[in-house]
Amino acid sequence: MEYRIGIDVGGTNTDAVLVNENMELIESVKVPTTKDVSSGIFEALNKVLDKSNIDRKKIKYAMLGTTHATNAIAERKRLCKTAIIRIGKPATEAIAPLVGWPKDLVEAVGNHYYLIAGGNEFDGREISPLDEDELRKIAKEIKGKVESVAVISVFSPVSNKHELRAKEILQEVLGEIPISLSHEIGSLGLLERENATVLNAALVEVARTTANSFKDALKREGLTEATVYLCQNDGTLMSIDYAMRYPILTIACGPTNSIRGAAFLSKLENALVLDVGGTTSDIGVISQGFPRESSIAVEIGGVRTNFRMPDLISLALGGGTIIREENGEIKVGPESVGYRITEEALVFGGKTITATDIAVRLGLAEVGSKEKVKDIPLEFAKRAHAKMQEMINEAIDKMKTSKEPQPLVLVGGGSIIVADEVHGVNEIVRPKNFGVANALGAAIAQVSGEIDRIYSLSDMSREAALNDAKQRAINEAIKAGANPESVDVVYVEDIPLAYLPGNAVRIRVKAAGNLI
Amino acid sequence: MKKDIEKIKKIDVQVVEDIAVGAALLGTGGGGDPYVGKLMAIQALQKNGPVELIDVDDIPDDALVVPVAMMGAPTVLVEKVPSGKEIFKAFDSLQSFLGKEVYAVLPIEAGGVNSMIPIMVAAEKKLPLVDVDGMGRAFPELQMVTYHLYGVSATPMVLADEKGNSILLHTISNFWTESLARNATVVMGGSVMIAIYPMTGKDLKRAGIRNVISYSAQIGRAIREAHKKGEDPIEALLEVTGGYMLFKGKISDVQRRTTGGFVRGEAHIDGIDQYKGEAMTINFQNENLIARRNGKVVATVPDLICTVDAHTALPITTEGLRYGQRVFIIGIPCDKKWRTEKGIETVGPRYFGYDVDYIPLEELNRG
Repeated sequence: MEYRIGIDVGGTNTDAVLVNENMELIESVKVPTTKDVSSGIFEALNKVLDKSNIDRKKIKYAMLGTTHATNAIAERKRLCKTAIIRIGKPATEAIAPLVGWPKDLVEAVGNHYYLIAGGNEFDGREISPLDEDELRKIAKEIKGKVESVAVISVFSPVSNKHELRAKEILQEVLGEIPISLSHEIGSLGLLERENATVLNAALVEVARTTANSFKDALKREGLTEATVYLCQNDGTLMSIDYAMRYPILTIACGPTNSIRGAAFLSKLENALVLDVGGTTSDIGVISQGFPRESSIAVEIGGVRTNFRMPDLISLALGGGTIIREENGEIKVGPESVGYRITEEALVFGGKTITATDIAVRLGLAEVGSKEKVKDIPLEFAKRAHAKMQEMINEAIDKMKTSKEPQPLVLVGGGSIIVADEVHGVNEIVRPKNFGVANALGAAIAQVSGEIDRIYSLSDMSREAALNDAKQRAINEAIKAGANPESVDVVYVEDIPLAYLPGNAVRIRVKAAGNLI
Repeated sequence: MKKDIEKIKKIDVQVVEDIAVGAALLGTGGGGDPYVGKLMAIQALQKNGPVELIDVDDIPDDALVVPVAMMGAPTVLVEKVPSGKEIFKAFDSLQSFLGKEVYAVLPIEAGGVNSMIPIMVAAEKKLPLVDVDGMGRAFPELQMVTYHLYGVSATPMVLADEKGNSILLHTISNFWTESLARNATVVMGGSVMIAIYPMTGKDLKRAGIRNVISYSAQIGRAIREAHKKGEDPIEALLEVTGGYMLFKGKISDVQRRTTGGFVRGEAHIDGIDQYKGEAMTINFQNENLIARRNGKVVATVPDLICTVDAHTALPITTEGLRYGQRVFIIGIPCDKKWRTEKGIETVGPRYFGYDVDYIPLEELNRG
C-alpha cells in the first residue's frame, strides 16, 4: 500500500491528513496555525505521522497548501528587488508599469522598469521585432541591482516567442537569475498579467525558502520517497520546482482545497458547499468537481490581477459566533470568540453564548457538556437558531443558479450549527471527516494544464479551434505530470471578440488529470 | 421620471471616476471596460489640470468640433495598451487636412472606453470638451449616431494605430465609412484611435444629444454616494435615470456566437426575490438589444437595457456576463432623436435582424 499526505494552512488551524492509495483517510490532525506558518506545518506533519505509525518510506506524495506567499505580499516582507521588462513599444507607452500599486509595495519590489520594442498582435503577427540590443543594454544595467526579473510581452498568451527569446538573452548576460515570464502566469489583460508576473518575481525567494524548509522537514521525518507538490488556487497541484518559479499561483488555495475536499468526501460532482469555520462561513459551488470561478478582477495586496479565484460568498457566521439579546431583538454576530471557543463557549465551561451553544441546546449537536446550556431558554434558542438559519438560507439562495433544488455539502468544524433543512436544498450531505475537508482537498488534488489564446476563425472552423485548444490544454496537463489516461477537459469557454470582423475568438480551456 | 441633469463645468479625477461608471452603464453592455481608458484620462488630468466642460450653446455656429474615439475590440485594448500618441496623430492629421483650428472635442458615444478618450485629448490639447455625444448610449457601428440622422458625414476621418500608421478616409456614405474603417482596424491590429464626424457648431446643436457627460457623472455619483451613505445603490440608480426595473435574477446561461463579424448572444436569467419563478432572456450584439420577460418583450433598442451587479449596482458588459452572476436589469428611455422614423430605421430592432416592432419602453411597462 502507498500513501500520501495533505496539509492545508488555514487562518486558525493547520490540518494534516494521511490517505492511502485508494484515497481512504487513515489519519488526521489539527494544530494551531503559527505566525511563521512553517513551524505549524512541521508540527502537523510530525503529529499525523506519529499517530498513524506507518512505514514512512511508503509515503509517495506530500501536498502542501500554504499561505507563505499570501502573507509575504500582505506584510511586504522578504520580497525580491525586481526588474520589470515590458515588450511592446511603441504600444503600451500610455500606461507605465506599477501604476495603481500601493507605495509601500512599489518600494518593496523597487521601481525598476523598462519598455522595449517587440510584442505581438492579437492574431500573432509581430508589432515589431524584439529589440535585442536594447535588452542586452538593460541586462548590463540591472546586473547586481536586482534579484529577480519579470518579462511581459504584449499578446504573449497568443505568441510566447519574444518572452522566451528575452529569457535567453537575459540569462546570457545575467547568468542564473530567476526570470518570470508572463505567459506562464496570467491570461489576456496586459496590466493585470504584468502585476501578477511582478508579484511572482518578487516572491521567488520566499518560495525557495518555503520549499526548501518543507523538503528538509520531510527528510527529517524520513519521508525520503515522497514527491512534493504545492496546491494552486485552481484546485490543482504543481511540482515543488515549478512552485519555486511560480509562487503566485499558490495564493488563496485554501478555499479551493475545502471545496475540492467536500466534492471528494461527498462523491458529488455538482453541489453547493458550505464550509463553516469558527468566525465565518464560505459558500461555494462545485461544478464538474472543481470550484466555480469568480469573474471579477481580484486584488492581491492592493494590486489588480486577473486571477480566476473561486466564486465565494462569505458570511459572518461560525461555530464561535456570539449570540446575544439587545432591546428584545436577537443579534447573531458578527463578533466571534474564534479559536477561543474551547474556553469561552458555555458548553466548554465558558461564559459566552455562541452559535455552537444554541445548536447543542436544541439537540442538533453533541459537543462539550449539554448540562451547561440547559439554562438558555428554549424559546430564545429557537429564535436565535431561526435567525442563523435565515442567514444561511439567504446566502445559499444567492449562490444557486437554478430553481431546481441542489444538494448541499456541509464541511468545516463549525458545520454542526446548521440544521437539517435548508431552503432550495434537496439533500444535505454531512460527510465523515468533514472537519479536515481542506487538507483532504490538498491530498487528492490533480494536476492541470490551461490555455488562453485568441484564434482566428477565418481559416479554421470553430470546432477545429476548440479541438486544438483542448489538445494543447491536455498536453500541458501531461507535461505537469498527469497520467495521460486520466486527463479530462474540465473547463471550456469561448468568447468571440466584440467589434471585430474576421471571426476572432478567445478560447480558454483547462484540463486536469490524476498524478501518475 | 428622470431627475433634471445637474450640469458640471469642470472635469477632475473624481468626476472621471463617476463618468466611467455612468458611461459604462449607458453603454448597455457594450463599450468595453473603462479601466485602461480611465488610467489614460487620469494621467492626462494629473499632468495638465482639470478639463473645462462647455455647453453646446457656448460653441459659435461656424466653429469646428471633432469627436474622438477608440475603434475596435476592447479585449485587444486591454492587452495591447495604446502608446498614447495614436489619438493625437489622428486628431492632428484631421485638423491639418481641414486647415482649421478645432474649437472643442467631444465623445461619439457613452461607453466605458469612449467616454474617457475625449477627456484625455481635451486635457492634453488644452481644449474644452463639449457636454454632448451622438448616441446617449453605445452602439456598434459608425453610422449609428444622431449626427448621421441629420445628414452629417463621418468623413473626412482619420484612423491611427500605435505603430505610426494612419489612414485618411473619404467616402460616399456613412455605411461605406463603417465598412472600410472596420476592415482597416483589423489589419492595423484590432484597436485604433479615430477622429471622425468633423462638423460645425451649428450642426452639433441640431444633431447632438445634449448633457450626456454631466448625466454620466450624475449616475456614477449617485451610485458612489449611495454606497457611502449605506443606501440602496439600485434605488439611487433608478431615481437618477428615471429607469424601469425590468428584472432581478441570476444568470443561468450565456450563449455567444459570431455572425457577420459581430458577437451575437443570448443571456438567460432566472428570477430571484420578487421575480422568483420568472425568467428573462436578453439578446445582445455587443450591446443589449432586446429584453423579454417570460417570453414577452419588455424593452428593445434604441431604449437602453442595462445589466448591473445586484449588490453594487455597477454595470456589467456583455463580455463580462458569466453564469451565476446576480444581476438587475434596468430599462432607460432613449433620447427622443432615436424615436423618429429614421432613428428606428437606423438602430431599431429590425436593423439588428429581429422581427420585433419598436414600442417605447414606457408603453411596454405601463401599469
